Amino acid sequence: MSSAEHAPAGPGKRPIRLFRNLWSKIAAIPMILVSVGIFVGGTIWTIVYSFTDSGLLPRLNWVGLEQYERLWSTRRWLVSIENLAVFGIASLILTFALGFLLAALLDRKIRFEDTFRTILLYPFALSFIVTGLVWQWILNPEFGVQSIVRGLGFESFTFDPLYDSSKVMIGLLIAGLWQGTGLIMVILLAGLRGIDEDIWKASRVDGIPAWKTYIVIIIPMLKPVFITALVLVTSGIVKLYDLVVAMTSGGPGISSEVPAKFVYDTLFTRQNLGQGFAASTMMLVTVAIILIPWALLQFRGKKND
Amino acid sequence: MKLTTKLLSASAIVSATSVGAVELEVTHWWTSGGEAAAVSELAKAFNEQTDHTWVDGAIAGSGGTARPIMISRITGGDPMGATQFNHGRQAEELVEAGLMQDLTEVAEAQNWRDIVKPVSLLDACTIDGRVYCAPLNIHSWQWLWLSHDAYEQAGVDVPTNWDEFVAAAPALQEQGIVPLAMGEQAWQQSGAFGVMAIALAGEEAWRAVNIDLDADVAAGSAYQRVFEAAAQARELAADTNVGDWNLATNMVITGQAGGQIMGDWAQGEFQVAGQVAGEDYTCLPGLGETQVLDTGGDAFYFPKNDDPEITAAQLELAALLVSPEVQVDFNLKKGSLPVRGDVDLEAANDCMRKGLDILANGNILPSGDMALTPDVQGQIEDLMAEFWSDPSYTAEDAQARYADIIASAN
Repeated sequence: MSSAEHAPAGPGKRPIRLFRNLWSKIAAIPMILVSVGIFVGGTIWTIVYSFTDSGLLPRLNWVGLEQYERLWSTRRWLVSIENLAVFGIASLILTFALGFLLAALLDRKIRFEDTFRTILLYPFALSFIVTGLVWQWILNPEFGVQSIVRGLGFESFTFDPLYDSSKVMIGLLIAGLWQGTGLIMVILLAGLRGIDEDIWKASRVDGIPAWKTYIVIIIPMLKPVFITALVLVTSGIVKLYDLVVAMTSGGPGISSEVPAKFVYDTLFTRQNLGQGFAASTMMLVTVAIILIPWALLQFRGKKND
Repeated sequence: MKLTTKLLSASAIVSATSVGAVELEVTHWWTSGGEAAAVSELAKAFNEQTDHTWVDGAIAGSGGTARPIMISRITGGDPMGATQFNHGRQAEELVEAGLMQDLTEVAEAQNWRDIVKPVSLLDACTIDGRVYCAPLNIHSWQWLWLSHDAYEQAGVDVPTNWDEFVAAAPALQEQGIVPLAMGEQAWQQSGAFGVMAIALAGEEAWRAVNIDLDADVAAGSAYQRVFEAAAQARELAADTNVGDWNLATNMVITGQAGGQIMGDWAQGEFQVAGQVAGEDYTCLPGLGETQVLDTGGDAFYFPKNDDPEITAAQLELAALLVSPEVQVDFNLKKGSLPVRGDVDLEAANDCMRKGLDILANGNILPSGDMALTPDVQGQIEDLMAEFWSDPSYTAEDAQARYADIIASAN
């Protein structure tokens, strides 16, 4: 990279902009081809075919907006969207609250910090499938928490979120938080370590309590770190699938269905590509609605800097 | 162990070059105890009676998990030698896209049209006059399995029809026995509903809804009785906490539950557990109400292949599957009925005989797999999953939704 930068341009010629960092650009070509060909191409293909009545195999038989009309009158899709919204908002708030709290506690120069950090990050090393199975057992009323607490003498204790359609999302949320909080904690901890010691000294001199320092000074300084973590958490939420499959497979009934599972089932089990493409296009639109304003803000912000 | 496998595969390669023997990979989703015993009969027959080798490609999970894997292998250009599907419309588009081997040659040489009974099974394999699958067995959903042990504990007689079954439920509940075992999976709930529909609404109404897609009948009084019975069944099954169908069957086998509505594949489980039909358990075809069976089942499809040797082996397997010996050996283990009327099932038990009698009388219906597309079935499954899990979902609401789905079906 640097060698290209310092390569002497021809005498008297201004270096052409395209050829700056030539080698790094050449190195990026495969990645560019992959993203354009597969991501953009695949996305356009999916959107186009969402206007057809494709069944098991794609075919160009236009039906207009029919797939979308059917999608938005399908109860399971509406339940899925609602579940994703509930799970998304709750998990966003709680992951950040817990992640930051843990990071701040670890940053207080406690003993055995390494041990705690490892323990808290460990769940992240497990896949969602394993996480889901583990929590399915823990939350099972006959083997897990409920039976242990009842065994201690609290006979009427009831805790079976996975078998109650009004509480099943709580069960999923617990497992999701257990798995994901550690990562956010580590990222935020790295950010906290980057804060200059002098800032703490200054705030101490001014007699500002620690909690206030965190909220008023430290968190605003950590903005870039928060944004990285936010992107990781939100993309994880939108593609929520394997956790649900492992824990509840959408049940009881359809009360823990999520959009990604709807898309998979419709595409493959139900042999209805058109409907599945319409659903995945709607997922893309949802993500775009959230991402575009954010991206605009970010890039405009950069220009002003 | 490793050496033997190496030697085996080496000898397989040697013989492959000499006599055209191939290793034929066969995918299926038969993984429960009774099913695995049955499929090993097929493998044995194929290995013994032909030069080829059966390579077992069992895919765990139900058909819903296995079918997408199979389909993506076929459409992705990595076809297996043979694969299970249910009779009907699951593989329809694959055949239309020309991805399946045409078996008409074998079917004509062996006279399938004359021997396969009911002939609707062959029709389900036939598209535009060409045969694309080998029917293997007949499975019917319309069975209520009852545990003698459970009714003995409760001190009541074993019911002989649905109304008696419902009436006996309180006695069972007093003994802490779950009256109806129902695995909490959509296909089971939807299947049980289908059984109630045929048994309680009658054949005529069922045909109007499932074949003619008449939404008025689906919203009418015959189906109202079905939805009310389903709501009742939902209460009787409220205390079941199992998922897989064979776990629910096990509740009946061990007397923890009074009964289960499940297809005749449940019989394989009773057999593996060493129970005797008529002594330890009773089966009621059509819930003891309407003596009609649907004739779904399993068929083997043979994805097209570039290698002519594999194609030859595929045709040999297709012929073998319909042969009398294989039909008897396989179906006895599986608990299903043979696809030909001319084989003697001497060893058939009480339940299988009831089924054979109904078949012989011609009281048969096409299965839901044949009548409805996977898409429509999926919508019904969603509705049933919601209905069975939510006691506040009323029978009227469910019926209205059901009629909507039928109205929009194709």
